[in-house]
Order: sequence, then C-alpha cells, then structure tokens
Amino acid sequence: MEKLMADLKRQIIAQLNLKDLQPEDIGDDQSLFVEGLGLDSIDALELIVLLQQEYQIKLANAEEGQSVFRSVRTMAQYITEHQAKTA
Amino acid sequence: MYYIFQNCGVPIIRPNTYFCTFYIIIKRTDISTTLQITGTCSIYGGNVWINEQLVFSAELPVADLLLAAYKHFETDYPKFYKMDRLAQLGFLASELLVKNRQLSDTYGADQVGIVFSNASASLDADLGYFETVKNIPSPAQFVYTLPNIVIGEISIRHRFKGENAFFVSEEFDPEWMLFFVKDLFERKKLKACICGWVELLEESYKAVLYLAELSTTGKEWNLSNINKIYKLTDGEVNG
Repeated sequence: MEKLMADLKRQIIAQLNLKDLQPEDIGDDQSLFVEGLGLDSIDALELIVLLQQEYQIKLANAEEGQSVFRSVRTMAQYITEHQAKTA
Repeated sequence: MYYIFQNCGVPIIRPNTYFCTFYIIIKRTDISTTLQITGTCSIYGGNVWINEQLVFSAELPVADLLLAAYKHFETDYPKFYKMDRLAQLGFLASELLVKNRQLSDTYGADQVGIVFSNASASLDADLGYFETVKNIPSPAQFVYTLPNIVIGEISIRHRFKGENAFFVSEEFDPEWMLFFVKDLFERKKLKACICGWVELLEESYKAVLYLAELSTTGKEWNLSNINKIYKLTDGEVNG
C-alpha cells in the first residue's frame, strides 16, 4: 500500500502537471479537491484517465468517483480492492 | 475572412463585410485624442520586452522559455503549469503587461476588455489533443482546443468581465484591431483593453500585447504606433 501511494503521488503530479509540487507535499489522507490540493472537475476527469491508463480500471459510475478520489489513500484502497477482485 | 471566438463559446465565422455593415450605422464620437497606449509587452525570439525595454533573454525551446520566464518574474499562479503553450504565452505576456498596475481596482470588472488575434488559432493544442485521442483522450488538453481560452485564463486571474474577442486571420491586421477596439471605447463598453497578437505553433511563437486606456499619458493609439510596437516597419506582415 505504501509503495502504491508513493506511485500514485508521482503519477498524479505528472498527469495533472502539478510541477510546483513534490510527492512528499501530498499527504496520504489529504483531500484532493477544494480545500486540499485544490483540484477541479477537469482534474477529476484526468484522474479517471490515470486509473484507466496505469491500472486498467474503469470507474463503473460517476458517483463512485467522489469516494474513490477523496485522497491518495482512498485511491490506493480502490485500486488494491479492484486488483484483488480481478486476480 | 475572420474567425471570431467570443465568451468562450462555440466559434463563430463571419464574413468581413458583416462587421462593416454593422458598425457603419453606429453613431460615434471621436475620442482619438485621449485613447492611449499605456503599456506594452512582447515575447518573441527568446526575448521578453516590457515597455520596449529588454528584460529577459534565453535561447530555449518555447516550452522551456515560457517556464523560465514564469520563474524569472516570480509569477505565482500554479494553474500556469496546467495551461497549454498558447495560453501560457498570452497569460505571461498579460501578467507582465499589467504588472504594477491594479486594473481591477482602477476600473469596474466589466470595463476591462481583452481583444486578441493570431494566425494559428489553437492548432498547437489541437495537435497535442489529437495525439491523445489515439489512446485515451485527455480532458485537460481538450479544454484548450479553442484559442479564446487564453482570454478566459487572463479574465479569471484578474476577474475581468468586459467585452472580449479572439480574431483569427492569416496576417496581423492593425487596422482591424484599431477599428474594433476603438468602437468598444466609443460605445462606452470599455475603459481599458488588453489588445494584441498571441501566436504559437510548435516552435514558432510571438506575443505582442499592449494596454489601451483613456488616458492623458502614453503613446497615442494610432496605426503608426501600433506598427512600431509590432515592429512591422521592415515589411513583416504576420505579427
């Protein structure tokens, strides 16, 4: 899980062009949107693309995104659960 | 023919004659004696000029140059990193143009306009987006596939809500720019306007912006002075 979260932080920075941030600037439980990293709706779409490109995961519905993209930890948990199901 | 993009909406294509017919019927008052160019910023050939003074120079590919200039001038706007290169170029030039000016305090939000033009519209971003379509389309690149997005970025930054337009024409047309923006002033739509040319395609780029205001100081806003700012006296036609 720790390695997955570290990977996700690097991938989020690259995918969203957050060049002023380092992976260590993103907390495991920090909110990704609004008061946290300040991501917007376009960034949310990019996170969906990231899951698809890097982890071959397609979100089943938009509602799911709110809980999945709450933080790096919730993203990592979702990826781990999904990979366990498809293994 | 001009291609016009207004208010971040769908591009509208209008023949030149449409505007001529429209504007001829408008009663106007002559304000040319008070409409002045109060500031300029140019970025091209690896150089950055503010008010015709060279302030930064670097021989770098355009993406690196824009990033180097952004850092050099200590611009603090993290969204800059997410912009496409055309938006970065226009944003940076406008930042330097209005640096040390508090336009939002001087004028009402709807009194400051932005009128830009270029030759390649958003083709640079279009090509980048097209590359992603072959795999998974990038939403972040898609949102920059209209040239007037650069106007939106500047407007959001400074909370400008005045009239805006982005014209696409093969060559820079100072007469058209003068005519169009003067009309906005004459109809009392604007009290200040950021005007100019913001062109970028692959490694070819040029931004030449100027601030037009009703003022008692500055350079008179006429064709001769616009051409000098664009350095068109040597026969160059495309800004």
